[in-house]
Amino acid sequence: MNSRTHSHENDQDFSDVDCAAVLAALAAVLPAASLLAGQEELKPYECDGLSAYRRLPLAVALPENEAQVVAVLQACHRLGVPVVARGAGTGLSGGALPHPHGVVLALAKMKHLLRLDPVARLAVVQPGVRNLAISEAAAPHGLYYAPDPSSQIACTIGGNIAENAGGVHCLKYGLTVHNVLRVRGVTIAGEILEFGNAALDAPGYDLLALMIGSEGLLAVVTEVTVKLIPKPEVARVIMASFDEVIKAGAAVAEIIAAGIIPAGLEMMDKAATAAVEPFVKAGYDLNAEAILLAESDGTPEEVEEEIAAMRAVLEKSGATDIRVSRDDAERLRFWAGRKAAFPAVGRISPDYYCMDGTIPRKRLAEMLTAIAAMEKKYRLRCANVFHAGDGNLHPLIMYDANVPGELERTEAFGVEILDLSVKLGGTITGEHGVGFEKVGSMCTQFSSDELTAFHRVKAAFDPQGLLNPDKAVPTLHRCAEFGRMHVHQGALKHPELERF
Amino acid sequence: MIETFKARILAGQPLCIRGSGSKDFYGNAPQGELLEARAYAGIVAYEPTELFITAKCGTPLAEIETALAAQGQCLPFEPPRFGAGSTLGGVVAAGLSGPRRASAGAVRDFMLGVKLLDGTAHELTFGGQVMKNVAGYDISRLIAGSLGTLGLILEVSLKVLPKPVAEATLRFALPQAEALDKLNRWAGQPLPIAASAWLDGVLTLRLAGARTAVEAAEKKLGGMKVGADGTAIDNSFWDELRDQKTSFFAGALPLWRLSVPSVAPVLALPGATLIEWGGALRWLRSTAPADEIRTAAASVGGSATVFRCDPALKSAAGAFAPLPAPLMSLHHRMKAAFDPHGIFNPGRLYKEF
Repeated sequence: MNSRTHSHENDQDFSDVDCAAVLAALAAVLPAASLLAGQEELKPYECDGLSAYRRLPLAVALPENEAQVVAVLQACHRLGVPVVARGAGTGLSGGALPHPHGVVLALAKMKHLLRLDPVARLAVVQPGVRNLAISEAAAPHGLYYAPDPSSQIACTIGGNIAENAGGVHCLKYGLTVHNVLRVRGVTIAGEILEFGNAALDAPGYDLLALMIGSEGLLAVVTEVTVKLIPKPEVARVIMASFDEVIKAGAAVAEIIAAGIIPAGLEMMDKAATAAVEPFVKAGYDLNAEAILLAESDGTPEEVEEEIAAMRAVLEKSGATDIRVSRDDAERLRFWAGRKAAFPAVGRISPDYYCMDGTIPRKRLAEMLTAIAAMEKKYRLRCANVFHAGDGNLHPLIMYDANVPGELERTEAFGVEILDLSVKLGGTITGEHGVGFEKVGSMCTQFSSDELTAFHRVKAAFDPQGLLNPDKAVPTLHRCAEFGRMHVHQGALKHPELERF
Repeated sequence: MIETFKARILAGQPLCIRGSGSKDFYGNAPQGELLEARAYAGIVAYEPTELFITAKCGTPLAEIETALAAQGQCLPFEPPRFGAGSTLGGVVAAGLSGPRRASAGAVRDFMLGVKLLDGTAHELTFGGQVMKNVAGYDISRLIAGSLGTLGLILEVSLKVLPKPVAEATLRFALPQAEALDKLNRWAGQPLPIAASAWLDGVLTLRLAGARTAVEAAEKKLGGMKVGADGTAIDNSFWDELRDQKTSFFAGALPLWRLSVPSVAPVLALPGATLIEWGGALRWLRSTAPADEIRTAAASVGGSATVFRCDPALKSAAGAFAPLPAPLMSLHHRMKAAFDPHGIFNPGRLYKEF
């Protein structure tokens, strides 16, 4: 695939960073095996899960403990070097894209589960511990860690904190922010701070909430205390087919109107099921324009009651076919297709670009109609998977980076979806983060005053702007350069002004 | 009205933001010229199937709860109503949650978006009305519990949920240590426990969820059922606890709020204790010195707040547990980021800012 880099003239300039001095400073505080600087060694770190953007860093530091994290940060702080923290590199917004004049602080070696207390229902883990590994360790106690992003086999808890990761069960069980009790982190100056504790609240500002989803811009996470919750006794999933996407969308609203909060509520359109079915053989109805997956979990009695209630709603909403998983193997098969949607699309298209806008659920039909029009406009196909319960849409735009112009058209397609998400009352990112990718779209969602407030928050932690520069929050200059305007409730501010 | 608010901010005098004043007692003593926010009121949008409500800061909590109840929904974090006029702005600024907090989450967990005026009178909107939103820092949740020190909250969007279909209340005679042990063990099982309260050797447990789940849990847990016939749910006990109208909260003895890990043992502090949140919230009526209480809370990994007491004690001890120096210095910088001239509620959270 082609790689590309954006140059942002008005962002901070770090081109005078002295590479030799950086390497010497890092070598002084890290074991030899924890410092990578050769071209070949750096290559695996050139991108994260969003591989359209690639850049080599000056060096990769792989600290083994918090003291080394502190030492690396102090060295970089002293030398004025950008630092990009990285977990497993599964992120989809380029949040861990290296800075060309900076150091990647990879936390993969800090992968120890420090303590698991089944009675207190919490685990204390290092940032490099994989999301799924926590639930696996908790399983013998009948407990698990609720947020389950699709990448949970690989993604780490440190990265989950950075992005406020979600998953397919967050309507009922919440996002990372609802499932983390405490974060210990290090500022760029090397100061160790603790946010939250093992109690349910802590004095002062809720900086724990601020840290979660801060995309590595405020501090580097070195330890996390997560909440573990009891694993439901039973889970069953209903798979319902619809001959119109709009009916499937209405069914989602009807389920919620009936007072039901399903454990998972997902939708896939025809393009998505068509991509997935040959790959996973989940048994999806390929004639359906959309399928809904609605999961119920709890006690056997509770699940039976809820499944019956949801079935009634779905029938009334015009489902053309309804199947209920008979056992856990079938339930997992129904889900396997949804969880494999991204790689499945990757099989049928040389490249794909996953968007992450959230919209009010009731605007779904409008959004899907608009996306269908955009497919024609940009001459690109798009499959849609949708966390229907929480309005989080993942259009997967299919393209071929080797065809000149396709990546550019894909990006324009994506930007148009994000602009529409904001216009429909939603947001440019539900769970993947802004990262490097959507920094321009932040200018659409936020006013200059709001962006300025974000910059002030950043400066309270990192006045020199060394942690993950050029990501998440655009400079006002950049918004002007992009010609992007803040759209508020569908109306441009200052409509009297001429636009470029 | 926003223009009036802006003018007051730009006048540069310290302001004491107030909704109904029902929580004037909370935090350090209010200072500054009074800025009444109550008149900026009204529900802006409520969409039951989108699971959110947006309302202006002065909207009475009672009005919001009535609107939600009409659609079979609720604020699951059960904010306490210390006065009939309690407003949404005050609920969010104080960040206090009620009996269901341990199972349902706190105010901050239900924050979707906020509109506020910062200390330079700029109108800022963060978050929105959708469940999942990671664009920009999560300022909405930061605002919850900030006691109005970061900005004048104008409007709030909260996630709402359906009311539980069924509820039941059970009662057990248990000494404190045993009650704590049972609560923590039960919490590790898939039981529909919504709230708990232990006082004077009696543990009261509230179940909430699907009817069948509640019934199955009742059978499993035993205990004595409060309420007459199994269908009628008597929530008055929980309402009184939520609003601190029970006799435990009456009288003039200092009331301390200890937020601790749920597994913390019985705390060796003099005075009567009421325990909520599965062990994680311990109310204490005690004349013990502030240092002794704070040290005890810190020794188990928690913190102690002087909730209600005479002004002299609060002024001497500070309402909230002191912060470690690096964290306090970060608080100063955060305050300055939103309110550089120190206009909003000076000293209310910490005397230092």
